[in-house]
Amino acid sequence: MTSSKQALAHSAPSADAAPGSQPGAARRAHGRGTPPPGPGSWRSRLYRWDMKASPYAFIAPFFIFFGAFGLVPLLYTAWYSLHNVQLSNLDQQTWVGLDNYKNLMSSDFFWGALQNTFTIGVISTVPQLIMAIGIAHLLNYKLRGSTMWRVVMLTPYATSVAAATLVFVLLYSWDGGMINWLLNFVGVDPINWRESTWGSQFAVSSIVIWRWTGYNALIYLAAMQAIPSDLYESASLDGANRWQQFRHVTIPMLRPTILFTVVVSTIGATQLFGEPLLFGGVSGSKGGSEHQYQTLGLYMYDQGWIIGNLGKASAIAWTMFLILLIVAAINLLITRRLRKSQ
Amino acid sequence: MTTSELTPPQAKVGTAEKGGREGSGRRRVLGAGKQLHAGPLTYVVLAVFALVSLAPLLWTVVAASRTNQRLAETPPPLWIGGNLFKNLEAAWEQGGLGTAMLNSTIVAGTITVGTVLFSTLAGFAFAKLRFKFSNLLLLLTIGTMMIPPQLAVVPLYLWMSELGWSNQLQTVILPTLVSAFGTFFMRQYLLQALPGELIEAARVDGASSLRVVWHVVFPAARPAMAVLGLLTFVMAWNDFLWPIIALNQQNPTVQVALNSLGTGYVPDQAVIMAGALLGTLPLLIAFLLFGRQIVGGIMQGAIKG
Repeated sequence: MTSSKQALAHSAPSADAAPGSQPGAARRAHGRGTPPPGPGSWRSRLYRWDMKASPYAFIAPFFIFFGAFGLVPLLYTAWYSLHNVQLSNLDQQTWVGLDNYKNLMSSDFFWGALQNTFTIGVISTVPQLIMAIGIAHLLNYKLRGSTMWRVVMLTPYATSVAAATLVFVLLYSWDGGMINWLLNFVGVDPINWRESTWGSQFAVSSIVIWRWTGYNALIYLAAMQAIPSDLYESASLDGANRWQQFRHVTIPMLRPTILFTVVVSTIGATQLFGEPLLFGGVSGSKGGSEHQYQTLGLYMYDQGWIIGNLGKASAIAWTMFLILLIVAAINLLITRRLRKSQ
Repeated sequence: MTTSELTPPQAKVGTAEKGGREGSGRRRVLGAGKQLHAGPLTYVVLAVFALVSLAPLLWTVVAASRTNQRLAETPPPLWIGGNLFKNLEAAWEQGGLGTAMLNSTIVAGTITVGTVLFSTLAGFAFAKLRFKFSNLLLLLTIGTMMIPPQLAVVPLYLWMSELGWSNQLQTVILPTLVSAFGTFFMRQYLLQALPGELIEAARVDGASSLRVVWHVVFPAARPAMAVLGLLTFVMAWNDFLWPIIALNQQNPTVQVALNSLGTGYVPDQAVIMAGALLGTLPLLIAFLLFGRQIVGGIMQGAIKG
């Protein structure tokens, strides 16, 4: 929600900046020259009804589809989370109250998954966003072939989670893998990327980082290009060197964008699923032999569709949602604090 | 080059070819960094990042052209081998990538048409029409982006089973046919690109809302619709969670087929790599052809979103 408010606040001035009018063009486009309908006629009533109803008709498809495939399922998920629903016997659903949630709270795998989600979230998001700012800064120079550089940085985004993970699994394989082979040159012993806890978490994070850094760099680049140059001019008149300009002009001006990317990345990290699933290969839904990279998203899939307990899977989904809301609320609080302190 | 790196930004404005011709009013609007020429070090660092971005994809081609045994040996192969077409064929036939690519084209294509159409209509209403609760409804629309897809999949799966829709493409098309991001994206674009006077003029001519949409909104929105179409196609092609629950290897999309490959459906690493390559190829071609537009779309969405 924080991000949306930011976005709205930002979009407000752009409404005034609409380019000049060309009413002539519109007339030409469909110039029948029909006179405006007179008052009281059925045409004018139809016209007024059209004016009133059409906005709702235009937004209706979004809300109908979201209602049917988003909101109603969300409520049903809450309902199912209070029931025993088994994949093997879908017709029989018995009320169990909060048992599914109690079951979760006493499960080590749930707490493990929560911790893994948090750890992987941090080690995938923080370096990714820092690198993205650096790349954006470089892309913001006057470059030869600037479009080419941008497209190249975005290429990993074209690769699906599944394709990227299959390739990285091979790159990270213990013997014969490219990464261990390269590490060998700098004197590092082969690392068991799949079995070790930090190794596997790092490997999974690196897939996220690879796919999303360029995307975030472009978002920062867009924000950097919107910074008015007078700010830099006055900073340099005050004797600020380039690092100081970056530190005291660029970064503060990027703050809303940074917040936006942090929120989006947090949402993404909470749902992390495909990367750890495919990183694990045949028994991927367990997140490794010790569940060392089983995230909440993966845990939900494992409980629901591998073990077949859809009631418990629903409870996990709602718990994820509540965690996300709490994180969003914390985010909002921090932003408020930052604004007040300025 | 190196000296220009050290000069403060404003010194560059006057000498830059474009800056010289433009009035001082325009100068203020220009992004600051645009005036600074990149030094050699910038190119070196960017080249390193570019290499990291591209290397895994290039190596996929290398791995897809080798054999399963060769991929288990040290050192890993660094140059293309002779089995590329054999592996691609195996992925196409045994791995089901042939059916999957056809299915993904249908699914992503339909989702793209629906999303662009519905997003343009809703975006137009939010940008240019006055109606009750419009701000609240817009905020709600944006708020829906917070909801993880995990919250819908259990009921969707149960309903799908009841309807007997298991393994049919409409199960993955219908839930993704509208987009909050797309709606907001089109709203932001139309706020600027569609002058209110154009709509007024059409209204004076007695045009109905549908005629306004057809003759005024769609022509004005066309560039943004194209960009949103590209972004939506990429997202729909790469969608993972719901498709792997709703579909299986009998009637897969690309991501479902790749998931099957990853869980041992064809236990040959070279064929798996060929599958990953095939499944990514359409999007890589799209990036090659429309890279500029896709980059522009993401930056446009960002600056206002």
